[in-house]
Amino acid sequence: MSKILLIAEHDGATLNPSTAKCVACAAQISGAEIDVAVFAEEGAAVAAQAAELQSVSKVLQLDNPANANALAATLAPQVSALADGYSHVFGPSTTFGKDLMPRVAALLGVNQISDIMEVLGSHKFKRPIYAGNAIVTVEASPDLPVVATVRTASYQAIEAGNSAAVEAASPDADLPTHTRFLEIQAGKSDRPDLQTAAKVVSGGRALASAENFDLIFKLADALGAGAGASRAAVDAGYVPNEMQVGQTGKIIAPELYIAIGISGAIQHLTGIKDAGTIVAINKDEEAPIFEVADIGLVGDLFDIVPQLTEAVSSQ
Amino acid sequence: MEKILVGLKRVVDYNVRVRVKSDGSGVETDGVKMSINPFDEIALEEALRIKERGEASEVVVVSVGGSEAQQQLRTGLAMGADRAILVVTESELDPLTGARVLMELVDREQPGLVLLGKQAIDNDNNQTGQMLAALWGRPQATFASEVVLNGDTAKVTREVDVGLESIDIDLPAVITADLRLNEPRYVKLPDIMKAKKKPLDEIQFAEMGVESAVPVANLQFEPPQQRAKGIMVDDVAGLVSALKDKGLL
Ligand SMILES: Cc1cc2nc3c(=O)[nH]c(=O)nc-3n(C[C@H](O)[C@H](O)[C@H](O)COP(=O)(O)OP(=O)(O)OC[C@H]3O[C@@H](n4cnc5c(N)ncnc54)[C@H](O)[C@@H]3O)c2cc1C
Repeated sequence: MSKILLIAEHDGATLNPSTAKCVACAAQISGAEIDVAVFAEEGAAVAAQAAELQSVSKVLQLDNPANANALAATLAPQVSALADGYSHVFGPSTTFGKDLMPRVAALLGVNQISDIMEVLGSHKFKRPIYAGNAIVTVEASPDLPVVATVRTASYQAIEAGNSAAVEAASPDADLPTHTRFLEIQAGKSDRPDLQTAAKVVSGGRALASAENFDLIFKLADALGAGAGASRAAVDAGYVPNEMQVGQTGKIIAPELYIAIGISGAIQHLTGIKDAGTIVAINKDEEAPIFEVADIGLVGDLFDIVPQLTEAVSSQ
Repeated sequence: MEKILVGLKRVVDYNVRVRVKSDGSGVETDGVKMSINPFDEIALEEALRIKERGEASEVVVVSVGGSEAQQQLRTGLAMGADRAILVVTESELDPLTGARVLMELVDREQPGLVLLGKQAIDNDNNQTGQMLAALWGRPQATFASEVVLNGDTAKVTREVDVGLESIDIDLPAVITADLRLNEPRYVKLPDIMKAKKKPLDEIQFAEMGVESAVPVANLQFEPPQQRAKGIMVDDVAGLVSALKDKGLL
């Protein structure tokens, strides 16, 4: 039987939605027993949120001042000590999980399965490679622990309504002091979070300035949408890095994605493959974005977007 | 510091539209343009800038792969690396074995810093740097967008989902490069000529004394699901009504 240890992602107060998506993936493994580990300075509030998730057997609360900020070098030895007796260790394929899980895998002496998008069996999964241009079915050895990250865009968050037991735990591990947290500069935004928003409006290089990105923000606000960007727009400094969508930015799966002045490079498209409806607005009818768009509109964004914002606002 | 070690992987160029072979045994690589993994190129550029600022004296580029990877190492030498090491293997190594090879090279070369790309754009694994740091028992600073060295420590800014995180790490350490760390230089023709004279050592993987890890088996490759063909609308009114039809407005 599979016994899965799942590493929760949180900011010290709130459980990140990526965790409920990971649980949804883990629950696809038939008969799996799922324990969620919360590493924090004081994790009671987060542990209580994790205990509400369906399919969770128990929550392990690992309080330690050293866990105040998620540093892979500090967490990995604790996770690998805790992993004893588990057949699987899962984390989300967010920057948190991508940083931590391979370090855990190496300590356990195994390769990692990155970005699980489908569960075919306890040791058999599908994952994307080549920026999503190919999907590979992989199989891990049944004799070794499976360490994996879950491509969160492939899963809907599992429902709440559970009340799993919460237990304190303190694995025996030497914690290094060679890595020190300094600060985090989080973008301040009242808009829905890009990774969970039902609707997302993104702008590309064509916006041509930070000021013009207001067009994107106004449309996003009219729709109640999150706002994203292509790499070119981030590189040019129009918007901050946390807005980048794509292979090396965020992989998202909103119901509606509106790409404005974005050409549709493969590295961008891989971030939106799972969107419900893709709308493209681009002045070049040959732009590759139209090959994946469900609804396309050829024209100048500087004419179209203000009109669209007005039309949406008057709905 | 004396030395920086930089990993360069030979991968299908990022502009190539990769196709899955019709028998599902892999992706088509015959006659396809190969390049240095773009993230590794950024890692190398950062190492070169550190050396040019006088904060390191030697940049060594290493690759693990077939003898064709000489080409990418020569490009790295042309960019400005001082020497190259190719660990020759017939088959592609899994990330953990690759990290063990790098660990063996770290033992031999004793670098003050290892710079790698955050992921290779072929398998998109995003594992090797973190694994090397674990095996070495040293700090890791992944997804770096800024690196400031201060003697025995470094301050690294990392691109994370909520924004930018900065951490302070002791050296030696492993840093993996994200896209915005820098813009790699172009190689000039005279540099390509000069690079031909720089040392490129080959070591057979089998002679390194590295134990192979158990790989995750790739059973079957398939193309991604295609999206259904969409519609074109003529104006904003058309777009609004199409969105309404789908219940999105
Ligand atoms: C290793 C690697 C990783 C990458 N990762 C990512 C990633 O995660 N995310 C990402 O987005 N990119 C990524 N890229 C970059 C990607 O290849 C493209 O360069 C980038 O997506 C292009 O951004 P863009 O579409 O905004 O710009 P462009 O390609 O320049 O497209 C601009 C578009 O705007 C249109 N346009 C111009 N003016 C107007 C107007 N007035 N009205 C309407 N349309 C107009 C043009 O027709 C064009 O189609 C990566 C590249 C590499 C090498």
